Amino acid sequence: MTAISRATRRRPGPRTRTRWLTIALFVLPALVLYAIFVLLPIVQAMQYSLYKWNGLTPLTDFVGLENYVTAVNSRSFTISVGNNLLILFLSLFIQIPFSLALAALLNRRFPGRAMFRVLFFLPYVLSEAVTGIVFSLLLQPDSVLDSTLTNAGLESFVQDWLGDSTLVMITLFVIITWKYFGFHMIIMLAGLQGIPRELEEAAFIDGADRRTAFRYVTLPLLGPTIRVSIFLSMIGALQLFDLVWVMTGGGPVNASSTMAIAMFKAGFRSHEFGYGSALAVILFLFCLVVALLYQRFVLRRDTEGAVTAYGG
Amino acid sequence: MRSRHRIAALVATASIAFAACSGGGGSSPATSAAPSAAAPSAAAPSGSSAAAAPVTVDWWHITTGNPGKADFQAIADAYTAAHPNVTIKITVLENEAFKTKLSTTAAADYPDLFQSWGGGIMADQADAGLLKDITADIAGWKDTINPGALGIYAYNGKQYGVPWDMGMIGFWYNKALFQQAGITEPPKTWDEYLAAVQKLKGAGIEPLAIAGKDKWPSMHLWTYLVLRTGGGDALSQMIKTGNWNTDACTKAGDQVLKLNALNPYQAGYKAATYNNEAAAVGNGKAAMELMGQWAPSVQMDQSAGKKGLGDKLGWFAFPTVAGGAGAAADGVGGGNGIAVGVNAPPEAIDFLKFFNSVENQTKLNTDNVGLSTTVGTENAVKDPNLQAVLAGRGNAKFMQLYLDQATKGALSQAFNDATIALFLGQSTPAEVCQALTDAAAK
Repeated sequence: MTAISRATRRRPGPRTRTRWLTIALFVLPALVLYAIFVLLPIVQAMQYSLYKWNGLTPLTDFVGLENYVTAVNSRSFTISVGNNLLILFLSLFIQIPFSLALAALLNRRFPGRAMFRVLFFLPYVLSEAVTGIVFSLLLQPDSVLDSTLTNAGLESFVQDWLGDSTLVMITLFVIITWKYFGFHMIIMLAGLQGIPRELEEAAFIDGADRRTAFRYVTLPLLGPTIRVSIFLSMIGALQLFDLVWVMTGGGPVNASSTMAIAMFKAGFRSHEFGYGSALAVILFLFCLVVALLYQRFVLRRDTEGAVTAYGG
Repeated sequence: MRSRHRIAALVATASIAFAACSGGGGSSPATSAAPSAAAPSAAAPSGSSAAAAPVTVDWWHITTGNPGKADFQAIADAYTAAHPNVTIKITVLENEAFKTKLSTTAAADYPDLFQSWGGGIMADQADAGLLKDITADIAGWKDTINPGALGIYAYNGKQYGVPWDMGMIGFWYNKALFQQAGITEPPKTWDEYLAAVQKLKGAGIEPLAIAGKDKWPSMHLWTYLVLRTGGGDALSQMIKTGNWNTDACTKAGDQVLKLNALNPYQAGYKAATYNNEAAAVGNGKAAMELMGQWAPSVQMDQSAGKKGLGDKLGWFAFPTVAGGAGAAADGVGGGNGIAVGVNAPPEAIDFLKFFNSVENQTKLNTDNVGLSTTVGTENAVKDPNLQAVLAGRGNAKFMQLYLDQATKGALSQAFNDATIALFLGQSTPAEVCQALTDAAAK
């Protein structure tokens, strides 16, 4: 057994070699693009972040880690980090469970099921900019939402939805959830459909009720799907930009700023490209650390499974 | 076989495409060369001894709407008709697209003529060696341009561009709403202004529209208060030294707090954009906005039915502040100009002179494209409110360019960020002055 495998490994046949050549040939363009448009800019941003630079003059004013110190001490940036984390936790504890509940519901058989699936998925199709503009119009004072509330006798519920510093992040979170719950729902629905019905039926035969069957049979089997959904949601929360930029520009003052918004403003509004690059690197490290930790500890079993499946 | 045919077809198509592309790329020198062959014969009779070598002038402007866009094209056409060796290549860009494109353009590819607002950004471009010093080139005709406006396009004593439009910021107000609130005359002093705000408030009218999201409209209000309190010299000094921890700065902030206390702003002002602000005034909901010469057209555009206020719209200059050192006539303003790129040929500057001729500028004034800075075009402005703006501009001994354009980088952005926090009640006057001083030191 070992002798055979060693033999095959030692002498890769001409066919294997050409196969590797083919793979290399096909992957090369993608790798080159990746290097030029992903790896190189990251390295460049790291370089820029060590300079005081307005984007026009040559890079001469080396300041070391000063830009990073400024960022950590900046109130507007710490508010931004806090807002990103707020959206991240709200997404995990409200958006994902909500999507899961809807997915479980829409996995049952009932008339109009397909229509509901499409309807719930629809907001995801819109771009963030379009979503932002539409909701800005709806949330304007005396606009649709306010007049609906007033007509329903709920005048006391009318708020300055985007202008109130304490309320603005909640308003934005509701809109983000509106836009993305359908996406997570579809992912989980796909996961649910991959679970054989027989397993649940077997649980029923063993005397489990619906709730127990869902908790102890369906949910564990849906684990990999949920973990991927959470992963996407976390990365999305950390990179949040378009929707907020369109709706509030990070305001009032800095109340709804995010890391990406702070970065954009530093670079393209204040022309502090060195400082902006430092913020970009911090944002990058945030995402990298979260992604690595998550993959290492949470997705470990899933990726291992994938690797075994591939090798076998 | 079939696949081989397909490849052959593909190769053929590709070669046609390449041919077409190279033809397209090469055609501009080719077409400009064609008239040049005829040019000597055309130019020789007119007595021009200069050899009429073909020249292309690259001009980027942001006047995307008509009649301005058509007027610009017509001026360029008139010039090239008289100078057959010159080709003016116009690129019309939307404002934001223009800024993005220009910021990513290398020095060698910089346009010869392009939109500029003067001030800090232009100074940055000059420092980076992207602009041409045209001081000597325009010496013969610079007196035909309003000197205050011309100064905005100079930096360190060198001229890098020429203005063609310049206005002044003032209060645009709804005469009918003022009447309804029992205000017979526009306020002359800041105390009268606060009293007028109270009267409007008492009549159930939103006195003043600002834009919390876009920030800059209220920055101008703060600038005016600093200017009226400290005077033009003090303000220039603050910009020059970067020290904003001054008496004028904090006192101006105190006046903003007095205004804030009356709760004078329109519903939803904290998240409002400039367009929301213009709509509030244009729809007759809010009584005033502090804005530049473009206000009437934006109000019209943003109002329901695109009608605006029409005859009900009036204009008054920013009131004086009791005990302030600033003159009543001093203003905050700005406008549009054309900067000259480092690679510009002499023909580009000659075209600039032609562009700013009384004849061409009168046409732009008549079409309401701008408020021309060429001396002798004032009578072409017919609208009474714009005449008032023009008179204001003419009377001003001191004209401060919009602060976020007059300054560079971090400070420029800080004017917006720091002052809006004051208007939204999230900063004290002293914090604003400190934030500006910090930003100036960056």
